[in-house]
Amino acid sequence: MRAELKNFQHEQYYFRLRLGFTALVVLCLFGLLATRFFYLQVKQYNHYQTLAEKNRISLVPIVPNRGLILDKNGVVLAHNFFVYTLEITPSKIENLEATIAEVSKLVEVSSLDRKRFNKLRDESRNFESVPIRTHLNEVEAASFAVNHYRFPGVEIKSRLYRHYPLGKLGAHIVGYIGRINDKDLINLEKDGVLSNYKGSDHVGKSGIEQFYETQLHGTTGFQQVEIDADGRAVRVLSSTAPVPGSNLVLSIDSKLQEIAETAFGERRGALVAINPKTGEVLSYVSQPSFDPNLFVDGIDVDNWKLLNESLDKPLINRPIRGVYPPGSTFKPFVALAGLEYGKRAPPYAINDAGYFSLPNSTHRYRDWKPSGHGIVDMQKAITISCDTFFYGLALELGIDRLTGFVRHFGFGGKTGIDIQGENGGLLPTPEWKMRRFKQPWYQGETVIVGIGQGYTLTTPMQLAYATATLANNGIAMKPHLVTQIQKAITNENLAVPFVVQDRVSIKPENIDIIKRGMVDVTLPGGTAASVGANAGYSIAAKTGTAQVIGIKQNAKYNASAIDERHRDHALFVAYAPADDPTIALAVIVENGGHGGSAAGPIARKVMDYYLLGKLPIPESTKTDNKKPRDSGVSIVTPQTTPEEELHD
Amino acid sequence: MISKLFQQFFKHIDSFLMVCLFSTLMVGLFMLYSASGQNFSRVYAQGINIIVAFCFMWVAANIAPNQLERMALPLYLLGVVLLIGVALFGHISHGAQRWLDIGPMHIQPSEIMRIAVPMMLAWYFSKQEGKPRMVDFATGALLLAVPVALIMKQPDLGTSLLVAASGFYILFLAGLNWKFLLGGTVLFTALTPVFWSMLHSYQRRRIEILFDPTQDPLGSGYHTIQSMIAIGSGGSAGKGWLNGTQTQLDFLPERTTDFIFAVFSEEFGFLGNLLLLTLFSLIIMRGLVIASQAQSTFSRLLAGSITLTFFTYAFVNMGMVSGILPVVGVPLPLISYGGTSMVTICLSFGILMSIQTHKKLVAT
Repeated sequence: MRAELKNFQHEQYYFRLRLGFTALVVLCLFGLLATRFFYLQVKQYNHYQTLAEKNRISLVPIVPNRGLILDKNGVVLAHNFFVYTLEITPSKIENLEATIAEVSKLVEVSSLDRKRFNKLRDESRNFESVPIRTHLNEVEAASFAVNHYRFPGVEIKSRLYRHYPLGKLGAHIVGYIGRINDKDLINLEKDGVLSNYKGSDHVGKSGIEQFYETQLHGTTGFQQVEIDADGRAVRVLSSTAPVPGSNLVLSIDSKLQEIAETAFGERRGALVAINPKTGEVLSYVSQPSFDPNLFVDGIDVDNWKLLNESLDKPLINRPIRGVYPPGSTFKPFVALAGLEYGKRAPPYAINDAGYFSLPNSTHRYRDWKPSGHGIVDMQKAITISCDTFFYGLALELGIDRLTGFVRHFGFGGKTGIDIQGENGGLLPTPEWKMRRFKQPWYQGETVIVGIGQGYTLTTPMQLAYATATLANNGIAMKPHLVTQIQKAITNENLAVPFVVQDRVSIKPENIDIIKRGMVDVTLPGGTAASVGANAGYSIAAKTGTAQVIGIKQNAKYNASAIDERHRDHALFVAYAPADDPTIALAVIVENGGHGGSAAGPIARKVMDYYLLGKLPIPESTKTDNKKPRDSGVSIVTPQTTPEEELHD
Repeated sequence: MISKLFQQFFKHIDSFLMVCLFSTLMVGLFMLYSASGQNFSRVYAQGINIIVAFCFMWVAANIAPNQLERMALPLYLLGVVLLIGVALFGHISHGAQRWLDIGPMHIQPSEIMRIAVPMMLAWYFSKQEGKPRMVDFATGALLLAVPVALIMKQPDLGTSLLVAASGFYILFLAGLNWKFLLGGTVLFTALTPVFWSMLHSYQRRRIEILFDPTQDPLGSGYHTIQSMIAIGSGGSAGKGWLNGTQTQLDFLPERTTDFIFAVFSEEFGFLGNLLLLTLFSLIIMRGLVIASQAQSTFSRLLAGSITLTFFTYAFVNMGMVSGILPVVGVPLPLISYGGTSMVTICLSFGILMSIQTHKKLVAT
């Protein structure tokens, strides 16, 4: 018993010794923890404090309102409005298909919506929200909102949407915005403005929307927001307001634009009208057109196919991208070159037999009138568009002097209009031909440049610009669509200045001859007499026909026997009033046949409204639907049409 | 009459331990309210957990140590059987097999083992005459190794380490030779590469990231980095209750359970941490005092083990949250949300109280 007790005491002693040791270890380890806490919370406090701040504070961009686009009378061409969109963030959703199926029970999701969603999803990153439905009405928005808790990762957003109230009207002027894609991102980064696009989904893709992107977009504001780990904003700490984009006022009158576009009817073509004194673009038509609203939220595949694969090519911005041989509309400029180089000054005249041949050659360069025009001087050569006269003149001037002179009128170069993607056309030279075809220049090629054929290519924009420069006696005004930039906030109104782009030195007596010839074009006996009939103001004009396919020697051009798309393009340039021009224009009707009859009436309607405020007579008497191209003539000119007018 | 009944009812409750436990639990409830985003239903649920746990504690405190001694072997055997059952038919959740469904019951046998293993070992050593011999320690180690291996297989590294620790404390307090301890340490160091190869890849990753949390800031390192930010940004006095930005803005993961200490640290700072360490120290010291005064071998070994295991819980949890120990999934005792661990811990404190308050009855 004693031994046992002693043993017990002994055991307890050793136990307490070990217990004391563990107590020491406990205190040491707690001391270690305390040291760790001291290190983290006292010594490293600033470091972790900063990290915590960084964690919880995030900069959230506030997207500025995009500027409006208005016509000269304040008619809205592009504006913004709020739309409810239903958006899905794919990364937050486990089963996308099932979610969409569930969502579509509440809000209708069409197959078109699905297609667009899939396309947009491919283009965007996983954590970005992508619209599955746009333009939800109040009822749809409300019915989803009630069920929102069932759909994490699906949200209703109120987005500012771009809308083009006039739709197809002026679509090629205003252009459209579209969702920012990878290419846009690269461009934005190159321009150093990428940070301004944080939060922006859209960027101008064409037209004014693209050219004036910087002004329209505005400056993105920022909010310092406290966020949680999922990135949800909890509280706003500070904010810098965005600066909305500037409103742009165009020189376009939407009423005039409507008249011009309507005048084309179903025909394809382009029209550019410029105020020759200021360079303001008054009308800018590219037919057929398209509805820019389709592009705003990403165009669906079906519509895209329809537009992109159409033979009519509605997406081509014809005034600056369409290149056509200028045909006889080139003649006034060739004529002026001749006069300036001392050639063909009155009373010089030729006796036209209906053809021109190079010395020592039997090849005949035919006039459009096989029998010839008889005695023709410079002024008459323009009025009746005598080919033979210009064949000889071009040859005598030589290709270098000819192109060197007309280049001042904007041919072969960009006019500088405020729409991107302008094509410079082509003024052929021997150097160019050598570069392009590795072939020498032939004299015969110079001959046909004299009548605007051959390699020569111009855009409708160039033709209008050249005509305006001619009307303005050689002073070339830079063409522009935007006349005023109205800044937001400050309400500052910046007028876009009129810029003289070139001054062609021309002797007044020379330009007088050309102008008189062009006025005569719209008088009885001229190639566009019907266009000038009963106008009430004088019109200086020139008709033109551009060959789409070459016509063989001795073959006769027969319009009705040729496939429609192989028919000649009809061209028409004009300015009015002839003595003090305020409008200069160029019209091209693709496969329209003859300039005077197909393109002229369109020009006349535009000028009538612009100069007189006269509305065109409504086309109530559409007698022949199958041949709309011929109907234009009879409406403008109820009188009999001279035989010449059917030709160039 | 009523006061006598009251006295009788609380006869086996150790008041010093009770005050410390209650204070810590209150701190836990306040932290839970903050950590759950001021969700009162969470606090309410935890309140229920505490009441249930207190019932277990009261029952345990009223069972005399000699009766506990008798329960040790059956409980241990039951635990092992259930663990094998889990391995064979267990319910798999989050990639681990820890639960066993018996009828409506949802049992986690590894929790039973946290009590059963120290009881079993204490019982085993109390049965040995005189100074335990080498063979006894070897047998003890085997009795310990079986459940630890089974729990590690689930896999539940945190619990297996803690069960192993609770058994080891018994061996140590029973007088395991220092030479063996030293030799064991050397052996452990030598065997580390072998253990390393046995670990699950996620466990290895956790250990790798422990040494360099920046390796995987959005993956495995995220927990540690965010909790270190929470602790560090708390500063010396803390951001104030309910004002922890890391906590309130959802940056802290698992902040009501394993990482609740980071919430406390962020909102109450270095001073708060010292206070909490003091509170834990008081509980531990009281436990060690109870152990040193215990009158039977079984009681003192069990009391010592329970106390040191509680310390281990607290140390490992605070160590992992503050980034000096790997993230092994150990809750902070008395503070973290969760019913099972609450019951286990209170039950063990009930045993401590029983050992303390039945003392005189056993004495001759």
